[in-house]
Amino acid sequence: MALSASKLSVGDTHEELVVNDLTRTQIVQYAGASGDYNPIHSDEIFATKVAGYPTVFAHGMLTMGLTGTMLTNYVGDGRLTKFGVRFASQVWPGDTLTARATVEALREEDGQHLVDLTISTVNQDGKEVVKGSATARIDP
Amino acid sequence: MAEQFEITDEMREAIGVESPPWVYEVTTTSVRAFARGVGYTDPVYFDVEAAQKAGYRSLPAPPTYLGTPVFIPGQSSDTFSGPAQGGPSLQHGLKGLLDGGTETEYLEQICAGDTLVSTSKIVDLQVRESRSLGKMLITTSQATYTNQQTGKVAAIQRSQAIFY
Repeated sequence: MALSASKLSVGDTHEELVVNDLTRTQIVQYAGASGDYNPIHSDEIFATKVAGYPTVFAHGMLTMGLTGTMLTNYVGDGRLTKFGVRFASQVWPGDTLTARATVEALREEDGQHLVDLTISTVNQDGKEVVKGSATARIDP
Repeated sequence: MAEQFEITDEMREAIGVESPPWVYEVTTTSVRAFARGVGYTDPVYFDVEAAQKAGYRSLPAPPTYLGTPVFIPGQSSDTFSGPAQGGPSLQHGLKGLLDGGTETEYLEQICAGDTLVSTSKIVDLQVRESRSLGKMLITTSQATYTNQQTGKVAAIQRSQAIFY
């Protein structure tokens, strides 16, 4: 279901839990799917003894992809025209993430209705891990 | 921590130089693996029939997924699977690296069966100073993904890397 401009207002929010208790297996699945085999994301000994982190952590692009599931659930599949993020903090195995979109603007471009969203994904402690923005095509 | 750091003329000359093209395949298997990796349960990303019923040619690429790099031993990076030589490398001598974020513009629908050809270039270099990391070099790269079958640009991705 696509969003409709007539039913949206600036300030509306949509929030979803995008991962509950992130598993190391899911991080490995993402490594395989993306081809990003940086050992910092999968090799505990490398991450702790060589790189000095408390444990392995998720690819930033995995957190962005998880956030993307909230966006497609909200605006509909194939509706995004732009999606950008900054990575604010690391995401660790066991983290539970909630992604939120807030309607920033509703506009029309060449007869096409668009919604601009600000995006924020936080962990179980309320700490922001991803901050960004997105634009999607919506129905009138 | 870098106390002194400046962008050299040599670094500036790297701005705008296009990398050789690199091929990314969008296949049903890779869309499913990616969709599973980021936690989708929506059947359009897994079941071709469900995708076609929803109006797609085949499984659509989820957001942030721009195909799986074609791995060629000796030419690909063993770590990142992309091209081992991605374009002009900057001799900046900074050791630390942070992902500064990424933004993608989606111009055309991307579906399984598509082949995307990507070229990238550095579009901007900035030096900033941070209290904790000292002088930082911020590089902005832009990758253009062109659908090989239609010749149309399907996506443009801008990414920032922070060296310190």
